[in-house]
Amino acid sequence: MSSQPDLRVKLGPLDLKNPVITASGTFGYGREYKDIVDPNLLGGIILKGLSLKPRAGNPPPRIVETPCGMLNAIGLANMGLDAFMKQELPRLQTLDTAVIANIYGHSIDEYGELAAALKGVDGISAIEVNISCPNVERGGMAFGTDPDVSAEVTGKVVRNTDKPVIVKLSPNVKDIRIIAKAVEEAGAHALSLINTITGMAIDIETRAPKLANITGGLSGPAIRPVAIHMVYQAVQTVDIPVIGVGGIMDSRDALEFLIAGAHAVQVGTANFVAPRATLDILEGLKIFCRDNDVAQISELIGSLKIAE
Amino acid sequence: MGLRSPEIVADAKPGQFVMIRVGSGIEPLLRRPFSICGRQGNDVFLVLYRVVGKGTAIMAETEKGGRLSVLGPLGNGFELPKPGQTVVLVAGGIGVAPLFSLAQAVKEKDIQFMAGFGSSDEIIRMDPINDLNGINISFSTDDGTKGHAGLVTDLLDEYLKKNRDRSDSMSLFICGPLPMLKRVAAMALDHNISCHASLESAMACGLGACQGCAVRSSSQEKTEFYHVCKDGPVFPIGTIDWNSL
Repeated sequence: MSSQPDLRVKLGPLDLKNPVITASGTFGYGREYKDIVDPNLLGGIILKGLSLKPRAGNPPPRIVETPCGMLNAIGLANMGLDAFMKQELPRLQTLDTAVIANIYGHSIDEYGELAAALKGVDGISAIEVNISCPNVERGGMAFGTDPDVSAEVTGKVVRNTDKPVIVKLSPNVKDIRIIAKAVEEAGAHALSLINTITGMAIDIETRAPKLANITGGLSGPAIRPVAIHMVYQAVQTVDIPVIGVGGIMDSRDALEFLIAGAHAVQVGTANFVAPRATLDILEGLKIFCRDNDVAQISELIGSLKIAE
Repeated sequence: MGLRSPEIVADAKPGQFVMIRVGSGIEPLLRRPFSICGRQGNDVFLVLYRVVGKGTAIMAETEKGGRLSVLGPLGNGFELPKPGQTVVLVAGGIGVAPLFSLAQAVKEKDIQFMAGFGSSDEIIRMDPINDLNGINISFSTDDGTKGHAGLVTDLLDEYLKKNRDRSDSMSLFICGPLPMLKRVAAMALDHNISCHASLESAMACGLGACQGCAVRSSSQEKTEFYHVCKDGPVFPIGTIDWNSL
């Protein structure tokens, strides 16, 4: 096939030029990578988690490397809504890609306030709701592990915004399908899964935890099989599109998620390892489509073959 | 290790660092930060490393002529001392690396270099780097096999006592293990001497995106944390909360 494959995908009401998105907290506000990755080439960028008030984050050490992965306990350090609107938004409004704000609140009302503050704001294409951060004392994962509260947060955001709402789910639950269903029924337009898996590492010399926060969120290729499985479970349970995230390092990994049923993928930890990872993945997807006579990448979504 | 990259050599300021990906697989996963230790000509820069874990072990196996993925130069680097200042460099062990690059960049070589090591066979020579002639270098070793038997901070203490009247025109730059940095920082604050420290931290991106390399600031009004990769790795000692380290 000589023509360019069509890489466009739809996330409910949100159109993406291709399925490759940066994961929240791994790409800053895009400008951190300005010399390396042109965000306009990507399907979208998901911004660093935003809270109503600035958050300093957790004390160091905040990260530790683990086999084929890393633990982080950043604690959602961010500049807060006001500074974001002044310092970051104007530049983001000039981008020609889906700019997705990731929001996090201490209470259901705070999620609502953040959604309302971003309502009608030019340059923000969608909202990703973080109900799954394992590294903050209140809120975060506490919301995402209970189906009723997950639904309540989702409903609150949906009612307070005019933008597509994506809910990022925690893998630290007994059955992801129950949460996925609850969030869908509450009006979410798409799901992102998975967030990091809670983990811990200990220094055997000092016998102290390697992270000041004691526990952290595990990311990187170590968690990819868990993520693939949860995406596979979720797409069989809900009708809204799912964005796959967890340990994607190259285009083969991204394809695995698409075949499992994800409509798009988020690249996270790979941005640290190979800052150009998103662009390399995009290129790899094009080559795969050409080599396999796939005219539209959407043909691959959910094309998993399981023997009868 | 010498790495050929005319681009990095042209851009790099003393005190900046690079993130090196050892190997191409997913284990070890993250890049490792290394201070740029100096340059050879216009196309080769040097990094110093000691084999301490998996990553550096792989680096040690990299063959001459091999290729490594290097991201950089990163970070702020040292602000060069003003002409006429006495430059005092204090390093512990592998902490000599960024100070070598600073010494190489300082035009007037009124430099006192104090370097502490565990033993004489651990001493890192400055031979691979040009332009370092005329520097007064003194050593300390824990076991007394070279130079002063004891800590490098003893050397500094002695120097500061002898040159008390010149403390106004002194500029101190330090890099090394945390106890050494803390001790020197306290001495510099005591004597009211300008002092900059190059800090180390675990790091994932090196670009200010992951916020993994936080270090507590001394002024909570300004900011609670700095990030070693972007705000540093060089900090005026007064800006850091040394008690938190």
